[in-house]
Amino acid sequence: MTQTFSSTGRDTYVGSARSRVDGPAKVTGLAKYAGEFAAADLAHGYVVSSAIASGRITSIDTSAAEAVPGVVKVITHENRERTAWRDKNYQDAVAPPGSPFRALYDNKIHFSGQPVALVVAEDFETARYAATLVSVSYKAETPLTDPAQAREFGYVPPVKRSGIKPPPKPWGDAEGAYEGSAIKLRQDYRLAIEHHNPMEPHASTVVYEGDGKYTVYDKIQGVSNSHDYITAVFGLKKDDVRVLNPYLGGGFGLGLRPQYQLFLAMLAARDLERSVRVVLTRDQMWSLSYRPDALQTVSLGADEDGTLRSLRHDALGGTSRYEDYQEVVVNWSGVLYKCDNVALTYKLAQLDTATPSDMRAPGATTGVFAIEIAMDELAYETGIDPVTLRLRNFSNTDATADGKPFGSKELKSCFTQGAERFGWDRRDPTPRSMREGRELVGWGMATGVWESMMMQSSAQAILTADGKLEVGNSTGDLGTGTYTILTQIAADTLGLTMEDVTTKLGDTRLPEAPVAGGSWTAASSGTAVMKACRNVGEQVFRMARQMENSPLANVEFDRVAFTNGRMEVAGNSSRSVSLVEALKAAGVEKVEATETAGPDKDFNDAYEAYTHSAVFVEVKVDEDLGQVRVTRVVSAIAAGKILNLKTARSQILGGVVMGIGSALEEESMMDHRIGRFMNHNLGEYHVPVNADVYDIDVIFVEEEDKANALGVKGLGEIGIVGTAAAISNAVFHATGKRVRNLPITVDKLL
Amino acid sequence: MNRFDYVRAGTVAEAIQAFQADPKARFIAGGTNLVDLMKYDVERPERLIDITRLPLTAIDAHEGGLRVGALVTNAAAAYDPRVRERYPILANAILAGASAQLRNAASTGGNLNQRTRCYYFYDTATPCNKREPGSGCSAVGGVNRIHAIFGTSEYCIATHPSDMCVALAALEATVQVSGPEGERSIAFADYHRLPGDDPAKDNTLQPGEIVVSVDLPENGFATNYTYLKLRDRLSYAFALVSVAAVLDLDGDSVKTVRFALGGVAHKPWRNRDAEAFLQGKPATRESFRAAADLVVAEAVPQSENGFKVELARRAIVRGLEQAAAGTPQSLSDKRIQ
Repeated sequence: MTQTFSSTGRDTYVGSARSRVDGPAKVTGLAKYAGEFAAADLAHGYVVSSAIASGRITSIDTSAAEAVPGVVKVITHENRERTAWRDKNYQDAVAPPGSPFRALYDNKIHFSGQPVALVVAEDFETARYAATLVSVSYKAETPLTDPAQAREFGYVPPVKRSGIKPPPKPWGDAEGAYEGSAIKLRQDYRLAIEHHNPMEPHASTVVYEGDGKYTVYDKIQGVSNSHDYITAVFGLKKDDVRVLNPYLGGGFGLGLRPQYQLFLAMLAARDLERSVRVVLTRDQMWSLSYRPDALQTVSLGADEDGTLRSLRHDALGGTSRYEDYQEVVVNWSGVLYKCDNVALTYKLAQLDTATPSDMRAPGATTGVFAIEIAMDELAYETGIDPVTLRLRNFSNTDATADGKPFGSKELKSCFTQGAERFGWDRRDPTPRSMREGRELVGWGMATGVWESMMMQSSAQAILTADGKLEVGNSTGDLGTGTYTILTQIAADTLGLTMEDVTTKLGDTRLPEAPVAGGSWTAASSGTAVMKACRNVGEQVFRMARQMENSPLANVEFDRVAFTNGRMEVAGNSSRSVSLVEALKAAGVEKVEATETAGPDKDFNDAYEAYTHSAVFVEVKVDEDLGQVRVTRVVSAIAAGKILNLKTARSQILGGVVMGIGSALEEESMMDHRIGRFMNHNLGEYHVPVNADVYDIDVIFVEEEDKANALGVKGLGEIGIVGTAAAISNAVFHATGKRVRNLPITVDKLL
Repeated sequence: MNRFDYVRAGTVAEAIQAFQADPKARFIAGGTNLVDLMKYDVERPERLIDITRLPLTAIDAHEGGLRVGALVTNAAAAYDPRVRERYPILANAILAGASAQLRNAASTGGNLNQRTRCYYFYDTATPCNKREPGSGCSAVGGVNRIHAIFGTSEYCIATHPSDMCVALAALEATVQVSGPEGERSIAFADYHRLPGDDPAKDNTLQPGEIVVSVDLPENGFATNYTYLKLRDRLSYAFALVSVAAVLDLDGDSVKTVRFALGGVAHKPWRNRDAEAFLQGKPATRESFRAAADLVVAEAVPQSENGFKVELARRAIVRGLEQAAAGTPQSLSDKRIQ
């Protein structure tokens, strides 16, 4: 059964390829970002960053900075105004357990680049110059920033992070079965620390409206999180703060939590009773948060035919000294593969860094990379084709959730269709068996998996007398296409054109929705918008039915189809009323509704929900010089209903490109002597450029899912998961060199 | 970024005079490096002398070769038909670097004078002898994957980041400078210097001197040449190792060869012994390997860049092979020929 939004049974917009509705605003510069809003009394804050990673400030001299004409104030821990004192007030909606970082709180330094002063001036240039004149003296301690050195201090986090499943209890006897297995493989895997690096740097503009009221533009993936943080930290009334963020220039998870520039801008605005903007530099973006390094070991015991007898996946992830950041790293191994003896463990090690954060497919990018290389190694050890090996150990139920069935899992179709598109059957598995001139050619594959989630979200719909519809809620569009899919959903639900519909997002005056993350936005906000539109439709229908000589008299609502701006009796287009006529007849200017959608408890009790992918990769590697080119990628995705083929494809393309970065380029290089990332700019921290990206072929396989009324599973993360493993596996096939330590830079292939 | 005065010079003489009036001033042309350094608070000039209006924007015939004015943009030089025809290695080297936007702004003289991309040089929170003489070198024992393997000192292991200069070293260009003492010519090999105990000095320009042109000699090696650049991504990254190689062949033998390496030293790195070794030898992989061995025998790697020794060895061999075969590295096809 195909779900549709349209009551006609056929969607006009949903399911087709549509350009993004916010595209013209973005490419013409009309779209404004958090750091671009202004106010007549705007002052500019520039952050002074700590030179050390651990220790304390012994003195801070701001006199030279304050003497610069145009400097309004230099705020430090010594002169800051008081804010809430309990940790609870600083714990935002996605905060991990612990004691959140407070900027300018005291003289202690927790991480390199920590803000130690905010210089506020009449213009940005003056603030930046004066910041160089702030003289800070430190008593530095030796930082500990290498998880390998912190391994002995690893611990199981005592308090679980909300929404993050801890590893399941082991089942069977993984160690015993490993020892008794015909084939034993045990290897260590490591992924370099990555920084999110959205194109738009973090920024906050706080507009002081007078009378203790603030309008805040904050780079955040969901304005309600910033709003609640501000009111709790600064002791403000809910209605005295409005937070907006209509657009994001990328987020990748770095915009989930309110970052310190928001706190600083608010602190200064409240102190000075004027508007303040704080924009971070690209270099300062390395002081916010990162995808943590994880030391992983995967142990596989198997029969000669590749049947898994023992599966063990251990990970030690880095976190800060003050919060226990947690992500799901090891569970995926137990989700993907059927095995009777499994042990999955996840520990943390505290480091002198800022708290890591969710970054596109957090944990899955890390853990799946390890298990999917391990499975390739097993394929070679057993001489079994990597796809066949995965099918042999295919899980039909989620062993990490007491064997619950999957709501849907069309992973086998991903394997089949991906392999066919790629031409996988022509692969000679022997390493170094394919070459073109001086280049070795390698084909590799991997599986990807990500949770399919839904969060409680509200949305509103307002139909006005001119037949125009406005829908929206407070969540953010990271650039993913949320504006567009909500517009499509609303248009199809009420039988309007997309041009008739305006979607508004990122404003706390709109109905509340969570941060955009976890790939849950399409399902959550989409369902809420559909419900709000249906509610509006029902109201308009009632108005139409009450019209004099109404063509819809005595018709039940479920027999009405909304199409072409009209309500018509299904199968009888001669009996219809336009929405505009109905409102006019009722004498109302608008009809509105707010609805809330949330996860389906019955479904969730019965099923586990994941998206899956099969990634096939071709690499070409110069045999002597180790230069790797990813010349072909086929990513076959099972993610339920696809709302917009164009923006959905773009999401996967972006995920794959980020996977190429993860596999070959991205690495924040830490100088462990001083606990500082050294390549803190986009010239030296390499993300893929156009030259690195060749053909990427995206396949969406048919998959019906009933976790929500839309059948949508979400696409923001799945594209990156497994991509790095597939590339590493392809590099092995090409070169015979197994690289378990990403990124695969040239030095690892010489 | 500090506050600074700004003056504009109309002639070379005016520029030099302006500098003499304020020796703490800096000349600025394209600004693609200096402005970044000012934003990072690495450079704090009290005065900028804008030299973009100086009449140094021409490429002219000169003594059988070409004279490239110091203010010719990198883009203009790379796309000049005479440069492309007679000195394709120079065009290719320029186009292997930066981005179209940067090449449109960056000048020939500025390219010579750009500063290292050492992480620590750019980060004022860390000691750096090049930035703050006597403060120490953080890159020694630090994050030094991109650093030098030749000609380093305990004071500095930074590299010169230019691609263009590597080609100019192989071509044996001449740098024409003008200063308070008048004009002089500097052989390209003598223009940049090794760090020694004074890494703050990148080159041999004297205070107040200004580059007025880069002169290309008659022989542009337009048949047997290559610029091969190896880096961490396929575009828009500085070289881990690059090779500019030019050859004249006599049948199957090497008549003349010059090759310079980028990304491995404080200046474009040449080894005259290795070049001399190849003279008269057959232009074969074996000869090139032997020459490469001679070069890398002198390498002194740091804690994280040992791979550059082997990478340089292999890159030299490949670069010389490309040059000898007359199949220079393509810029658009990222496959290494």
